[in-house]
Amino acid sequence: MNFASQPAAKGRVIRPEQMILFRIGSQLFAISASVVQEIRSADSIGSAAADIQQPGLRKVRSLVRRGRRTLYIVHGGTLFGLPPSQAALVFLFRNRRAALLVDAIDRMAAITRLQAVPQSFCHEERNWYRGFVAMENSVIPVVNPDGLLLAQEIAQLDAAAETASAENAAADPIGGENEFPESGIPEDAAREYSAENADGRNPA
Amino acid sequence: MNATLETGAQSFVLLRLGDRQFALPAERIAELVPASRVFHFPHHTPQLEGVILRRGRIVPVCDVSETLTGRRMSSRRLYLLALRHYAAGLETVAIPVTGECELITTEMTAAEGEHPPHVQGWLSNAGNVIEVLQLDHLIPGPELPATADGAALAREVRP
Repeated sequence: MNFASQPAAKGRVIRPEQMILFRIGSQLFAISASVVQEIRSADSIGSAAADIQQPGLRKVRSLVRRGRRTLYIVHGGTLFGLPPSQAALVFLFRNRRAALLVDAIDRMAAITRLQAVPQSFCHEERNWYRGFVAMENSVIPVVNPDGLLLAQEIAQLDAAAETASAENAAADPIGGENEFPESGIPEDAAREYSAENADGRNPA
Repeated sequence: MNATLETGAQSFVLLRLGDRQFALPAERIAELVPASRVFHFPHHTPQLEGVILRRGRIVPVCDVSETLTGRRMSSRRLYLLALRHYAAGLETVAIPVTGECELITTEMTAAEGEHPPHVQGWLSNAGNVIEVLQLDHLIPGPELPATADGAALAREVRP
């Protein structure tokens, strides 16, 4: 099994890092605010999203096109095997082909200590998580945006998307593809949220 | 037939899982702590329940009772914090146990021939023959897929 590269994180002390804490169902996760480019409502993306079906990749059900890039929306609940819940937000990441569908943002927090995923966790979770933070008597997994879709999964999805696009073009030669605009997007929601809500607490 | 190797007296910690007793070399034990809250999150490694917080450090909880006794423990009172070797070094793992542990010094008969890989030998104590466990073959890791023992271990832990 190939694992995505993970930054070394063995209990090291790091500069305070802003995290977005979010929920999928009742599970709380964190992700670094610096990798999040935009946070959009699922409704706003829905009109521009196209369905995609790829056997073995149930976690991806839709894609959006932005300019020349195709972004694949990873359903967080399916990825993590959580019970069905009301996904309402999409995290779009900087320079990555995966977006993440989540339920809600919980809050922002600054962390100074990221603990590595213990070696005994030896399956997909090593891709999913950068590490863990201990915060307010709780342990929160920090999602690794590079582990949401592996390179071979993106290649599979690209091939499926290309096939679907060709079939659509043949069926509807005058129809255009929906495109999710890069212009006119809302403010960088993550940073905005960070500025308003970061409390700077040291969770360690 | 297993040859008895005179390895000299060593220290072992006897632990209880349900009604069975097992042993671990004492040098692989860090401490014995009261059971505390287990934090759950999604993952796909069978045997691992989640993690506990111990002095600010995250320690994975690995319930080995099903592997060793065929059924999961219904009650747990303590965690034995044991050290498992990985390529990167030793790592602490919390093993739920049923009751108090005991430190003994005795000789071990090294395992030979056919035996589960997690058994490194046997020792005799109070008329009982007790398996000495090899943690590196019991606790999952990158080099040891946790599903190696088949369906019995294939339970996914979900929050």
